[in-house]
Amino acid sequence: MSTKDMMPHFDLFQPSDVENAIELLDRYGAEGWAIAGGQDSLAWFKDRVKRPVAVIDLKGIPGMTGITETAEGLEIGALTSLTEIANNTVIQNSYSLLATAAGRVASPQIRNIGTLGGNICQDTRCWYYRSGMDCYRAGGNTCYADTPEGQNREHCLFDADRCVAVSPSDTAPALVALDATMVVQNSDGIREIAAEDFFIGPDVDIERMTVLEPGDVLTSIKIPARWAGATFYFEKVADRATWDFPLVNIAAAIQLSGNTVEDIRIVCGAVSCVPRRLTVVEDIVRGSTRDAETIDLAAGASSRGAVTLNYNHFKIPLMENLVRRAIRDA
Amino acid sequence: MRPENQSRRSFIKGIIASGAVASTGGLMFISGCSDNSSIPASGSVERLISLNINGTVRRVDVLPNETLAMTLRNKLGLTGTKIACDRGECGACCVLLDGVSFNSCSMLSHSLTDKNITTIEGIASPAGELHPVQTAMIEELAPQCGFCTSGQVISAVALLDQNPNPTRDEARQAMAGNLCRCGAYDHYLNAVLRAAGEIA
Repeated sequence: MSTKDMMPHFDLFQPSDVENAIELLDRYGAEGWAIAGGQDSLAWFKDRVKRPVAVIDLKGIPGMTGITETAEGLEIGALTSLTEIANNTVIQNSYSLLATAAGRVASPQIRNIGTLGGNICQDTRCWYYRSGMDCYRAGGNTCYADTPEGQNREHCLFDADRCVAVSPSDTAPALVALDATMVVQNSDGIREIAAEDFFIGPDVDIERMTVLEPGDVLTSIKIPARWAGATFYFEKVADRATWDFPLVNIAAAIQLSGNTVEDIRIVCGAVSCVPRRLTVVEDIVRGSTRDAETIDLAAGASSRGAVTLNYNHFKIPLMENLVRRAIRDA
Repeated sequence: MRPENQSRRSFIKGIIASGAVASTGGLMFISGCSDNSSIPASGSVERLISLNINGTVRRVDVLPNETLAMTLRNKLGLTGTKIACDRGECGACCVLLDGVSFNSCSMLSHSLTDKNITTIEGIASPAGELHPVQTAMIEELAPQCGFCTSGQVISAVALLDQNPNPTRDEARQAMAGNLCRCGAYDHYLNAVLRAAGEIA
């Protein structure tokens, strides 16, 4: 699979501001491709599965990097590297959930270049889709993963709709748990979208993972002060400690009063096409003490409604145990 | 025919630098030429760029779809940087960007024009004196086949620049992005810690 020749040709643009980038993206439409760190994009091009005519490199845009404290909380430029987020003292002190999640992505080299925006917007890892098969997500009319022989160990438990791919991001569940807001700009202006609504499942659009359409640029991510300094828990289970995408990950923000859970947001990644907010768990735990009975009840409820494929049954106990740990050990 | 007194390695490097290797050159330009018949769109990047590599500004003709690993190896003759997976999954192509390690196979050369790049060739002193990390790796017998070694050296140098006295676990985390299929990880870790002791 691994070819070591050149990627197919594309025209490369290096705009110096967002307006210019959007103009280029509008000009090329579906044939344009916005690239940030490139850690996901270049692999698509090398495999010849995605063949954009024009690649618009956003890295030269000065306003899109950096971490700023604002009156409402924190604003992080979409092009800020994952290493910078993992090592930032403000994020470590007040929003350590995000720092931990960013520090668990891929490998040190990839975190040095890979961006927060890219980690959120990256495409799914379903290998049938990524190897260029004409599946539903690629515009075809078959799912190769959801078949008797399909290798679907990494695929979804919830909300499958023809496609069974999952969200591969580690930072996305953390951002949903922190109730972050995505700032998206296009030629019509700037709009803000709650992290929870930013990710979309195959029932909404089977060919996209986020609400971003051609011409949209994710410019920054806002994190409200609401959860600053809360009790956090993040855990990622993957085959290897480095590189691998999560089999299941969990991100929780909990406000405790003694041992009583005053408020909680808990989000599970890699079990559905979007980071799955576990509102059932939240409702069970909110207002209760963190005793064994509550935790067992919450863990059992977390996987309610799961529909397994041939090889991913293990994700149910894995998910339940991660929920248990998140509430108990946070 | 190569001159008697020239090593095989420097002979090959010389040929690549002069752009005369038919097979590599052919491979490089298959996709470039076939698709490149059209005129580049106005406003897209120029092909002739300057890259600051190991303290020297190099003018080089780079395609827009060319990764730094390709440019280093096939245009500039800096073959110490290895391409193994070409997917950012192994770390063999690691180089330093303003002191931070990254995979040169996963970065377009064009996005690095205003950056300082250090490859394995720039790690030893200009006089040829090895970096303490390199000496330590020799002493600890870290490389076996040696293919991952240049990437391992780069990651170790990047780590020790930021954290001159890492614990073994910190070193393991920092070196986690470099695969070694010989499995000499502990030897590399010994070398990092030995080098840390010598630098500190």
